[in-house]
Amino acid sequence: MKIKRIKEKVVEGLFFLNGLIVIIILAGIFLLLLKNALPGLKEIGLMEFLATGYWNPDAYGKATYGALSMLVSTGMVTIGSLLIAVPLGIGTAAYLSDVASPRVREIAKPVVEILAGIPSVVLGFLGIVLVGPLLAKLTGTYNGLNAINGSILLAVMALPTIISLSEDALNSVPRSYAEASLALGANKWQTVTQVKVPAAASGIVAACMLGMGRAIGETMTVLMATGNAAQFPTGFLSSVKTMTSTIAIELGEVAYFTTHFYMLFSVGLVLFLITFVINLISDIVFNKHMKMLK
Amino acid sequence: MKIKQLKEVLGFLALRLCMVLVMAILVVVFWDIVTKGGGAVSWELLTQPPKDGMTKGGIFPAIVGTLLVTLMTALLAVPLGMGCAMYLNEYALDCKFTRFIRMSIRNLSGVPSIVYGLFGVALFVEACNFGTSILSAGCTLGLMTLPLTITASEEALKAVPRSYREGALALGATKWQSIRTNVLPYAVSGMLTGTILGLSRAAGETAPILFTGAAFFLPDLPGSLLSQFMALPYHLYILSTQHHDTALVRPLAYGTALVLLILIFIMNLFAIILRSRLRQMKKE
Repeated sequence: MKIKRIKEKVVEGLFFLNGLIVIIILAGIFLLLLKNALPGLKEIGLMEFLATGYWNPDAYGKATYGALSMLVSTGMVTIGSLLIAVPLGIGTAAYLSDVASPRVREIAKPVVEILAGIPSVVLGFLGIVLVGPLLAKLTGTYNGLNAINGSILLAVMALPTIISLSEDALNSVPRSYAEASLALGANKWQTVTQVKVPAAASGIVAACMLGMGRAIGETMTVLMATGNAAQFPTGFLSSVKTMTSTIAIELGEVAYFTTHFYMLFSVGLVLFLITFVINLISDIVFNKHMKMLK
Repeated sequence: MKIKQLKEVLGFLALRLCMVLVMAILVVVFWDIVTKGGGAVSWELLTQPPKDGMTKGGIFPAIVGTLLVTLMTALLAVPLGMGCAMYLNEYALDCKFTRFIRMSIRNLSGVPSIVYGLFGVALFVEACNFGTSILSAGCTLGLMTLPLTITASEEALKAVPRSYREGALALGATKWQSIRTNVLPYAVSGMLTGTILGLSRAAGETAPILFTGAAFFLPDLPGSLLSQFMALPYHLYILSTQHHDTALVRPLAYGTALVLLILIFIMNLFAIILRSRLRQMKKE
């Protein structure tokens, strides 16, 4: 009897440790990034890192590590992708939750899932061979590897998240809301736009924020499709080098435990903090939304 | 009145267009890869190593490398993911601490893949001294897939009715006995399905393996867990951006993309078949 009880306790303890692991990993990611970022940040200084725009680790003479141009580049492709993905995603979600027949939904659900399953490197490849040449022809630029290209691909990456979570938010609106609106003489369109979408608004916002987090952290698509010119972006037609691509390109060539190495970890740390805050806020917003509807 | 109806018709038309556009994206992606990659897929591509500076030959080592690293990913992510899901669904009380764990999981799933790559470099390559290897890359991908496997496994556990657990407990079984005999057998199909779907994501990832073990070109297959490897997604990246003559190797790149998509498709199909098989077994 006693052995049985001890065994129970041991099993439970093991599972508890297993549950603890996710917290350890999250904290571990932060601490290891911080540990490898601090030596560089101390040497360069936070102000120069965040407020100047010249990232030139191989400069003749003094290397400079200003991350502002990367931050702006990441911001540009992210905003560009949201301009495409948010209307398209919410529209699709609204169609799926309120207009589509069950049969259409049966087909559409797997489509969204498969879209989410396409590896980012394949999309990046299509950015080079398909979107790039098309953009080059339309805009008269050399190869079409620019911020617009990156935005389009990131929109595709963010769409599945935005669609499925927005649809969840719309579906979580109680039926009585729509029924009341229809009973008062509103038609279906008015019900969708003026009752359901506002009621699901916080959930939809959370979905879009998660999609934004995806876009900011995406590496391969922007690495392959934005041209990676180390310059301050001048517009959506200019080639940009985002934070993620900078890490991806330079970490492979850099000697370990040099200033450059540490500074790449600093970029990673900033990336981690940005996505962490975005995820946290969207989490809080989504929980509030669910609580409100209860 | 008429304007109101017109607005409705036009509005729904716009929503439908959104849906069609999303579907069109998927069609374009597959159409392009399948039509242009189909011609490049041959017996040689699947069974030969790259030759002549990667301008000829096949992608056999990359296929093997991706399979090996995915296996390594599974070794880490499957037990940890299932264990964590069991803790959350069977043992954990609904308290602040549990909510904190759940929040951490959601947050982990939003950590950028390149940050996992940095983490892998700092932890597995450097601190654990695994070097750039299958082991490092597999562990990095394993941690990255963890949130997916946990969520999927928990869904499967939730689907087992409460009465199953209570039945065992009422007969005098301990908690662990009731889980082992009355919960796991019914949840395992769903857990595996979700896990394989998570692994199929890992198989297509590039950013986390860039610095943790993927190699540009290796003449031989990896000999041990500590050797570097070639991987399909990384190979596609190289062929399309890093190769000295990207136009010349474009057919090979298309072939690689198609093989990668097919591999992921097979994993998904396997998961779905497994699910329906096990479901049928349960019914009998």
